[in-house]
Amino acid sequence: MQVLASLLCGLVFGAGLLISGMTQPAKVLGFLDVLGRWDPTLAFVMAGALAVSAAGFALARRRGAPLFAAQYLWPTRTDIDRPLVVGSLLFGVGWGLAGLCPGPALENLASLSPRVVGFVLAMIAGMVAEAWWRSRAPSAAANEDAAVAGSDG
Amino acid sequence: MAAFDPVSALLGGCLIGLASVLLMALIGRIAGISGILGGALSLAAGDKAWRLAFLAGLIGAPLAMALIGRPLHEAQMPASWLVIVASGLLVGFGARLGGGCTSGHGVCGMARLSARSIVATVVFMASAAVVVAIVRHVTGG
Repeated sequence: MQVLASLLCGLVFGAGLLISGMTQPAKVLGFLDVLGRWDPTLAFVMAGALAVSAAGFALARRRGAPLFAAQYLWPTRTDIDRPLVVGSLLFGVGWGLAGLCPGPALENLASLSPRVVGFVLAMIAGMVAEAWWRSRAPSAAANEDAAVAGSDG
Repeated sequence: MAAFDPVSALLGGCLIGLASVLLMALIGRIAGISGILGGALSLAAGDKAWRLAFLAGLIGAPLAMALIGRPLHEAQMPASWLVIVASGLLVGFGARLGGGCTSGHGVCGMARLSARSIVATVVFMASAAVVVAIVRHVTGG
């Protein structure tokens, strides 16, 4: 059931990205281009997504546990640390260069465009590099499983 | 590129929110794409099945949408391969280091009013906007 539920969620998420226009880097860059012809699309997408998820999360919390799993894995960290800020800064630079973040990048693989495939391979390399870099840092007492569970999303 | 369409934007956004709620309500997980992909790439054994299933749904969504008459538009990508590779590396490395991306922080985290996610979202929106301003208005690219 977990696999089926997750597949369905991926499909709905992908449908949302596609319908909203967020699979098109040009629309994302149009939103980020505050000095040019500003495209408000992303703000409307965020508003819709936040309204539904804020209400839905509140409802979900009323149930003690998810339907097909033992417990909710809500992120628990609250500290604002350097990796959070530096990582988000680097992510933003990459996002601003291409107009693609991980979800739309993966979804655009369906077009079989070589440039999209190249972007996704580079993105995966970046993720693998981060895991390697984290594993050799002295503070990496937490093993990788803990890092995955403790990440925000 | 299609013109601004607030109805599609809101509707699509609601579906993204719905998918995030369903993933939590059904299997107790945050719908953060970089986290799901990063965990699927990890060498550690464990909860790979739901991750791969979610990613398969995401990648397969355009095929399902084409069947109902909403095909994927070909993405306009940067002309330079150097920019493509650099941006991909930065997006992958940065999202994992920062603990999330536009979905995990921008949607799920903001919806939970998580301070970490609000900071992350403000930082990546600001740095992305600065990069776009430089590329489009300073270097004239």
